[in-house]
Amino acid sequence: VKVAFTTSGTTLDSPMDPRFGRAAGYIIYDMDTDTVEAVDNRQVLNSAHGAGIQAAEAIVRFGAKSVVTGHCGPNAHRALSAAGVRIYTTQAPTVAEALEAYRAGALATLNSADVDGHWS
Amino acid sequence: MIISVASGKGGTGKTTVSVNLARTIGAGVQLLDCDVEEPNAHLFLKGREIGSDIVTIPIPTVDESLCDGCGECGRLCRYHAIVSFGSAPLVFPDLCHGCGGCALVCPRGAIRETGKRIGVVETRDADGITLIQGRLDIGVAMAPPLIRAVKSRLNREKTAILDAPPGTSCPVIATVRGSDFVVLVTEPTPFGLHDLGLAIEMIREIAVPFGVVVNRMGAGDDRVHRFCRDEGVPILLEIPDDRRIAEAYSRGELMVDALPDYTDHFATLMWNIRDFRNSGGK
Repeated sequence: VKVAFTTSGTTLDSPMDPRFGRAAGYIIYDMDTDTVEAVDNRQVLNSAHGAGIQAAEAIVRFGAKSVVTGHCGPNAHRALSAAGVRIYTTQAPTVAEALEAYRAGALATLNSADVDGHWS
Repeated sequence: MIISVASGKGGTGKTTVSVNLARTIGAGVQLLDCDVEEPNAHLFLKGREIGSDIVTIPIPTVDESLCDGCGECGRLCRYHAIVSFGSAPLVFPDLCHGCGGCALVCPRGAIRETGKRIGVVETRDADGITLIQGRLDIGVAMAPPLIRAVKSRLNREKTAILDAPPGTSCPVIATVRGSDFVVLVTEPTPFGLHDLGLAIEMIREIAVPFGVVVNRMGAGDDRVHRFCRDEGVPILLEIPDDRRIAEAYSRGELMVDALPDYTDHFATLMWNIRDFRNSGGK
């Protein structure tokens, strides 16, 4: 199973990025093989509209079934939910700590958008 | 003749120039307020409403019983307004530009278009001046289709003045495209000069003849004039930085009504535009 974390860096030690659609990038973590893949999201980050939807499409393309992030806007939430991707929120400062919390089952699922579009 | 009044910087006096030019030309002229996010020409050209039409854009509706989730619609849409994850697509109406492409590419005919309201076009008569203004609904971000709806009501037999939104982006281009002449209103300040430069680049790109009106002369410096001289851009009119103009404006009065000594300014502007066009811009 693959889990996507929103981050401003490229490694497990990198800080979490609290934004979903406009995160600097993603770390796709494969729970079965303990391997890490870094995805650059800067092109989407700078688009005028539809960042959340494009990011959701990317998450689906990379095969992640869950997303761990800080916040999620309405369009992104709708797209991720339609694609069957679960959304978890965390305040963990780094990807490694967010991953640990995810493994421990300590993260809350986000059942609706918790911010407006273009919130950050 | 279609004359657009535009600017890079906001607040330089587009509406002032538009409404006073319209009044100077007089009965029979059309004034189109294309600043549909905040139309304000009606504050100066009061009159009675003679019509109001709702404007819609086509957005896709998906018949899920026909859709096989192929995703062609989502791959086509560059605005990500329709997206499929192997099942019936999701539609995001706020992102849709109404091009209809998704319905065209759908191999199963599962997408049809329905109208989504974006605003209204109101027509007013103000002492013989026909004022046509678009008013975008609150929360709608799609100005160009409404601007095109405003312009579709234009009678080409008569002179039309188009009051453009500020800036240099899509709504401005939707307004000035197809005009015979563009009046760029600026002010002699560093901001005015900077944004005038951007506006001139944009107008040159769409190849419409243009000239400059410098408003609030005396308020800044002479860099706008030097720039226009160096670039070979004609200055059609200068409006002084006169406190009485601002006072009349704040009361919703036309400059040419409240301060008759300015009537000649706008007659001159119209002459200069005609002269410039007749001489082929030489």
